[in-house]
Amino acid sequence: MGKITKPDGVGNTQNLKCGDVMKIYLKVSKKQGKEVISEIKFETMGCGHAIASTDMICELALGKTLEQAKKIKFSDVALKLGQMPPQKLHCSSLAQYALQQAIFDYEKKHLKPKATPKKN
Amino acid sequence: MQEKQATIYLDNASTTSLDSKVLEAMLPYFKEQFGNASSIHALGQTARVAVEKAREQVALFLNCKESEVYFTPSATFSDNLAILGVVRVAQKKGIKPHIITNVIEHPAVLEPIKHLEKTGQIEATFLPVYQEGIVKVEDVERAIKSNTCLVSIMQANNEIGTIQPIDEIAQVIGNFRGPKKYPLFHTDAVQAANYLDLNVEKLGVDLLTLSGHKIYGPKGIGVLYVKQSTLLEPIVFGGHQEAGLIPGTENVANIVGLGKAIELVKSSKLKVQSLRKLRDKLIDGILKEIPQTFLNGSREQRLANNANISFKGVEGEALLILLDQAGIAVSTGSACSSGSLEASHVLMALDCGKERAHSAVRFSLSKNTIEKEIDYVLNVLPKMVEHLRKISGFKV
Repeated sequence: MGKITKPDGVGNTQNLKCGDVMKIYLKVSKKQGKEVISEIKFETMGCGHAIASTDMICELALGKTLEQAKKIKFSDVALKLGQMPPQKLHCSSLAQYALQQAIFDYEKKHLKPKATPKKN
Repeated sequence: MQEKQATIYLDNASTTSLDSKVLEAMLPYFKEQFGNASSIHALGQTARVAVEKAREQVALFLNCKESEVYFTPSATFSDNLAILGVVRVAQKKGIKPHIITNVIEHPAVLEPIKHLEKTGQIEATFLPVYQEGIVKVEDVERAIKSNTCLVSIMQANNEIGTIQPIDEIAQVIGNFRGPKKYPLFHTDAVQAANYLDLNVEKLGVDLLTLSGHKIYGPKGIGVLYVKQSTLLEPIVFGGHQEAGLIPGTENVANIVGLGKAIELVKSSKLKVQSLRKLRDKLIDGILKEIPQTFLNGSREQRLANNANISFKGVEGEALLILLDQAGIAVSTGSACSSGSLEASHVLMALDCGKERAHSAVRFSLSKNTIEKEIDYVLNVLPKMVEHLRKISGFKV
């Protein structure tokens, strides 16, 4: 939880309907030629599920390569958190989107032409 | 975050605990006195006497005739019967009826009106409530038309506790009505019953809704006061119960419970002043101790037990969960967990923005709330808000 002062990538998403706002900050370092998430923090204004979802996705992403982190799905987050009521699944999908945005932000800044964000 | 203690229940606008005197009054009607109030034999007659005694208790409270008191399965049923029942009779006049209500009514009033409007059966006007959460009498006056058959304005709001000028609205309606039958005036007094005068003559209403479980009575029982039953048609059909207006075997135990609960309201009203003091301590304590907090709805025209407060930079539901972990039960302005993600229609109507609506928490006190409980809340709340603001990155 919190902010990284000089992040390599930032993801900022919000759900206009329920008012939740999520920010994910990344630090990326090279390990054996691969880009690995070495530090990750978040700020969330939202309900308990939204906070827990961002917390969990950060935990899941820490230490992963960017390619691995991109594959983390909202369902992985929900599974880890245990019994999520169906109407709260959108909190986890918002967290997934925030993480992906943070990765795309990093890739954009570090000039990787192949990495244009997918429109969903 | 905090150590758990006995629940501090500050969600009395959702439901109240059953008064033990009420429970005591109800108990015989579950087992020994199980008779059907419509049966002619002795067991049935005992049940009938109990039902009629409760009717008398309600009539005394509302200052009306016993024949004007109808027991219903819930306040939602009462509201629906008032609206749909009046429209059914009014439609027979051959003109499209018009209904006036306001944007912060309970869904039990808003939804039947919206349904009738959507299916083309009526015209409807939804009056604004402005920043204070109060209907303007002149808006009602301006909205009344020759085909207006019903005005439905709640006596006090369930989320922000604001009190509507019912007697003044009644006067305006009365002036327009003259010797004619319409418009009728309905008020949902479910939240008001513990705190305000519900003398129907003074209020000047034709229809009034009450609920059992908001006044330390049982759930699953309501009342509809009906001044003139010929202007109402049933909305469900069956037996002759409640003069055929609400068919179905009387829920004797619940009716007895509601009667007892309403009788007890009188004594709890004596404590309203001290309740208001406690409530004010809570409001002032929060507004003073926690920066960037705002009271939603009028401070003065407000039920003595209600405090609805927005905490900027925090979502109400997150705060609710932290409070719950500390043994404090409250509710939020956001309907997030009920399936719809939209902010509360009541808070949105106050025109203070979506963020403030999402960050609201409702504290509703009871006759059993004590100062120690309020002190505890004031003690733990600032740290919780600070914690959540750290998570959200909100800087005061």
